Amino acid sequence: MDGYGMQNQIACIRRSLFDQGYLDEQFIQLEELQDDTNPNFVQEIVTLFYTDSARLIQNIELTLNSRPINFSKLDDYMHQFKGSSSSIGAKKVTSECAVFRQYCAAGNAEAYISSLLPHIYTD
Amino acid sequence: MNSSSGKSYMSTASSSVLWKAGGDVVADQFPAGLRVLLVDDDPTCLMILEKMLKACQYNVTKCNRAETALSMLRENRNGFDIVISDVHMPDMDGFKLLEHIGLEMDLPVIMMSADDGKNVVMKGVTHGACDYLIKPVRIEALKNIWQHVVRKRKNEWKDFEQSGSVEEGDRQPKQSEDADYSSSANEGNWKSSKRRKDDEDENDERDDTSTLKKPRVVWSVELHQQFVAAVNQLGIEKAVPKKILELMNVPGLTRENVASHLQKYRLYLRRLSGVSQHPSNLNNSFMNPQDATFGPLDLQALTATGQLPAQSLATLQAAGLGRSTAKSGIPMPLIDQRNIFSFENPKLIFGEAQQQHVNNNKQMNLLHGIPTTMEPKQLAGLHHKAQSVGNMNMPVLSHGSQSSQNNPLLMQMAQPQARGQMLNDSTVGLAPRLLSPREQSMLSNGMATNVSTRNGVPENIRAPSYNPVSQTSSMLNFPMNHTSELPGSSFPLVSTPGISSLAPKVAFQEDVNSEIKGSVGFMPSYDIFNDLNQHKPQNWELQNVGMMFNSSQHSNSLQGNLDHTQSVLVQQGFLSGQNRNSTVISKAMFSAGDSTGHVNAQNSNQHLNSLLDNTVRVKSERVADAAPANLYPDHFGQEDLMSALLKQVGSFFSLYDTDGDIILLILTSKFPIFLQQDIIAPAENNDFDFDGYSIDNIPV
Repeated sequence: MDGYGMQNQIACIRRSLFDQGYLDEQFIQLEELQDDTNPNFVQEIVTLFYTDSARLIQNIELTLNSRPINFSKLDDYMHQFKGSSSSIGAKKVTSECAVFRQYCAAGNAEAYISSLLPHIYTD
Repeated sequence: MNSSSGKSYMSTASSSVLWKAGGDVVADQFPAGLRVLLVDDDPTCLMILEKMLKACQYNVTKCNRAETALSMLRENRNGFDIVISDVHMPDMDGFKLLEHIGLEMDLPVIMMSADDGKNVVMKGVTHGACDYLIKPVRIEALKNIWQHVVRKRKNEWKDFEQSGSVEEGDRQPKQSEDADYSSSANEGNWKSSKRRKDDEDENDERDDTSTLKKPRVVWSVELHQQFVAAVNQLGIEKAVPKKILELMNVPGLTRENVASHLQKYRLYLRRLSGVSQHPSNLNNSFMNPQDATFGPLDLQALTATGQLPAQSLATLQAAGLGRSTAKSGIPMPLIDQRNIFSFENPKLIFGEAQQQHVNNNKQMNLLHGIPTTMEPKQLAGLHHKAQSVGNMNMPVLSHGSQSSQNNPLLMQMAQPQARGQMLNDSTVGLAPRLLSPREQSMLSNGMATNVSTRNGVPENIRAPSYNPVSQTSSMLNFPMNHTSELPGSSFPLVSTPGISSLAPKVAFQEDVNSEIKGSVGFMPSYDIFNDLNQHKPQNWELQNVGMMFNSSQHSNSLQGNLDHTQSVLVQQGFLSGQNRNSTVISKAMFSAGDSTGHVNAQNSNQHLNSLLDNTVRVKSERVADAAPANLYPDHFGQEDLMSALLKQVGSFFSLYDTDGDIILLILTSKFPIFLQQDIIAPAENNDFDFDGYSIDNIPV
């Protein structure tokens, strides 16, 4: 059945996200929070996350593009981003942020960016 | 918080657990219904956490800005049980918010952050956070946050009742241990223990941490005197409700009543000790011998905390030691309070005052003792001293703004005397002393002369309040004399006018009010008035209530009145301020006429009455603006009132007898008067007759 097939597909995708390390158990917690009173909780949260992170990423980009790079600001943004993504269970994003922050601490944003920029937008 | 938290623990038979904070009755089962304030600038996190907390059955309020959160907390002091805040926020640092909350509201705060670095966590600890959560926060972590609330309350509870409340202590641990309070076993336990207390419960009002409904106990002046005497006898450290109850030997008084009263008393003492920041005024030692012991200690503690300048410590100590009758600590505190408050900002008062209060409390025994325990003999003692005091009283109290400041102090001082220890010297001396610099100026109005004539009371006639007692006639005169002398001060005794004047003048504060606690800080009198004026009609109510109450009780015995009034007033004033503006101006008008009996009293009454004619009726007006309002703080939790009251620093109050006699005008920077929550009952108010004081009359 179509519906069934789709559900299956969704389940697979979801599974893969976990397997690939994009999501972690925090996401499961969010799913558990979803109940009848809030049937679309997860969806709402993720949407919110995307909106918020888009804004954050924009800020990060601006900061990265400015010269000289304001590392403390960058660090702040990263911290925020890390917080959000970890709350959502976006494991990979979180770890990327952590790494990025380390680079920032070292003052080496460019290197990091150039090596990882493509990854930031995934997930 | 205590007030609210105390209740929640007990699940009453009616199964309405009260997390009563300000009167809200929440759900049935603790920790469900815990009121959490969530602060985080990250909307994703905010939403997730909110959902999680709701899943834990907590009552969640979220905001994304620290400023918003703070104002929410300030507006509704008892509206929350715990705060969860993020560390990194754009508008305010999370730790700063943590500090603010700790100082102002003393709520448990949990910090959280994606940052798990040791330094940050350590920072959280040092700033006083009760927990630190690492993001992503899991729901399991949130499930247990109620433990912090319980723990905090438990600690506070234990502070109050050192060993007396075994039951409560047992109860609390029990509660904290059981997540599911509704379990029959728990309920059974609680019920049984509570039953005892519930016997007298009439309604759901929890005006006390005990969350028990008990018939309101009116802590009359006499009763409070007995209480204070018992406490002093046992020693403040060892004073446990059980023993106090035994010593007091008052039929019908339950241990719970004593326990809650003790709590308030301690808060009051704490406030007092927190007040004496001012070094200069410490010379006067109002404190009773007993208090004196605390005084020095407190001073040290205060000094240690940095709040009390070292020199003041020395002064206090010197004062305390030097005083024959009065122990140090209070005198200064009183005066100092004024001084202190004047330049302290509300916040200061909060944070520091709290500490100081603690210290002061000890020292200020006199003060707190005063309000409530103006024993006749004590008054007599005062009396000697305060021969001239009568006159002095007036000035003290009556002064307008100025005097008001001093007055409170003086009055307070006078009060302690009542305690007995201070009486002789302290009251007289106290009052004057406190004022020393200020008072002098104030007195210079003309009262100074009076003062000097007194037994030794230094210019500050403030003590007069006591004296009047002994000197009924003199007392009576005061109001009259002073009124003439002091422009606005209608009588010291009557002080209300003065007091009232104080308040308006003082304008302190708005912020003080908001802080409630802080209100005391500024000038006690001011605060009171401010509050009164500004807000809280309730404040007045309280005050009025306080005053009136006792006076009615005894006609001749000033002391009795004093005691009552004191206690009443104090509470009243403070209690009313829900917001804790309670600047309680407890006007305890002590009618000096005691000695002479009614005659004097009557004279004074008349005088007072006449003076007070336009005085602001306590009931109806608050100090000038007042919205008359309700005298009763009924809707205020007793606790709240009490704490507000206690927090008040110095205020002056005049006790009015129902006959209109001014029993005592107590101006204290921190009003030690310990009003029992119960005092503010409307019925009591009626007895008392608030019109004793008129704030208007007090010249500003």
